[in-house]
Amino acid sequence: MYYIQPHYHGISRTTEDYERMAHAGVVAVAEPSFWAGFDRHHPQTFLDYFRQISEFEPTRAAQYGIRHFCWIAVNPKEAENVSLAREVIASMPAFLDRPTVLGIGEIGLNKNSANELKVFREQMELAIRRNQLVLIHTPHLRDKLKGTKLTLDLLRELRADPARVWIDHVEEHTIKAVLDAGYWAGMTLYPTTKMSTSRAVDMLERYGIDRLLVNSSADWGPSSPSTLYDCAMEYRRRGHTEQELIDVFHNNPVRFLRQNPKWDIGLLGLTTV
Amino acid sequence: MLTETNVMDRYFLDCRCALLEVAAIMDRLPSSDAACAADERLRLLRQAIAILADPGAGPDRAERILHLMSDPIG
Repeated sequence: MYYIQPHYHGISRTTEDYERMAHAGVVAVAEPSFWAGFDRHHPQTFLDYFRQISEFEPTRAAQYGIRHFCWIAVNPKEAENVSLAREVIASMPAFLDRPTVLGIGEIGLNKNSANELKVFREQMELAIRRNQLVLIHTPHLRDKLKGTKLTLDLLRELRADPARVWIDHVEEHTIKAVLDAGYWAGMTLYPTTKMSTSRAVDMLERYGIDRLLVNSSADWGPSSPSTLYDCAMEYRRRGHTEQELIDVFHNNPVRFLRQNPKWDIGLLGLTTV
Repeated sequence: MLTETNVMDRYFLDCRCALLEVAAIMDRLPSSDAACAADERLRLLRQAIAILADPGAGPDRAERILHLMSDPIG
C-alpha cells in the first residue's frame, strides 16, 4: 500500500516520524504553513519558517525516500495581528515560485474573528491573482459550523474556482455543504479528539470518495501520522478493495495536488500479472 | 458496507467502553454542586445523551450532536 500524507506538519515532529511513515508506505507529504507553537512577533520569523519548510524539511524527508512539498501562508491562529500578517503576505509571492511550494495554505478561520476574516480574504485574493491552489483550515469545535459558512460565503463572493480549493477539517455537520458547493473536503484524523478513523470511513461510505481527502493529524498536540493507516485498515475491514484504498489514500491527493504542475507523482492502479 | 449484525459484532465492545467512560465522567460530577448543575456544557452533554438514546433517530446522530454543540450561525 502506498500513501500520500496531504497535511503533515513536519516542523512539530521528530525524524522518527519520517522513518515510520516510510515503513508504512508513505511516498510523499505536503506540509501546510501553520502555528509554530507560539505566536511569532516578526515577519522575518515567518520567512525563515517558509525557508525551513521549503528547503530543510525536504532534505529530512528525503533521507527516508519521502518526497516533501509545502504550502505558504499566514495561518488563521496568527491572523489577529493584521499589520504583521500583511508584512508576511507581501513577501509570500517570492516563495510561491519555489520548486516544492504547492499553493497558499492553510488559511481560513480559527475563532471567526473580523481580523481573521480580513487576513483570510487578502490571502484568497493573492491566491486567485496568482492562480494558486488553496488549502483552508476550518475551526475545530463550536466555531466550526459558523466558520464553514463564513468560508463558503467568502469563496462565493470572490468567485474562487472550487476545483482548486480544499476545505479541511470537515465533520458530519459541514461536509455536505462543502461538497455540494464543489470544493474538495479534507478529513483530519486525531487519535483521541475531533475526527476518528471510523467516522471518516462512515463519511467515505456515505458521500463517496470523489473530492474527499483523508489526512492524519501531525502537529504540536496529541496526534499521530499512523491514524492515516488506521483509517485505511478500517476501510479495508469493511470490505473495500485494494484499488479503492489506493484511490482514497494515494490517488485522491494526487488528483487535487497535480493541478499544480510542480506535483509530479502520478496515479496508481493495480494490475494482475 | 456493514450489516446491522456486523456493526454490533465489530463495534459493541468499543461502544460499551465509550459509554462507560461517559458514565464514569458523569459520576465524577459533584451531585450537590449548584454551579456544576448550571454548567452549559453539562446541559449539552445531557442533550447529546438524549440524542443517543432516541430509538427513532435516523443515521445522523453524530451530525445532530455536532449541530447541538455548534455556535448559532445567525
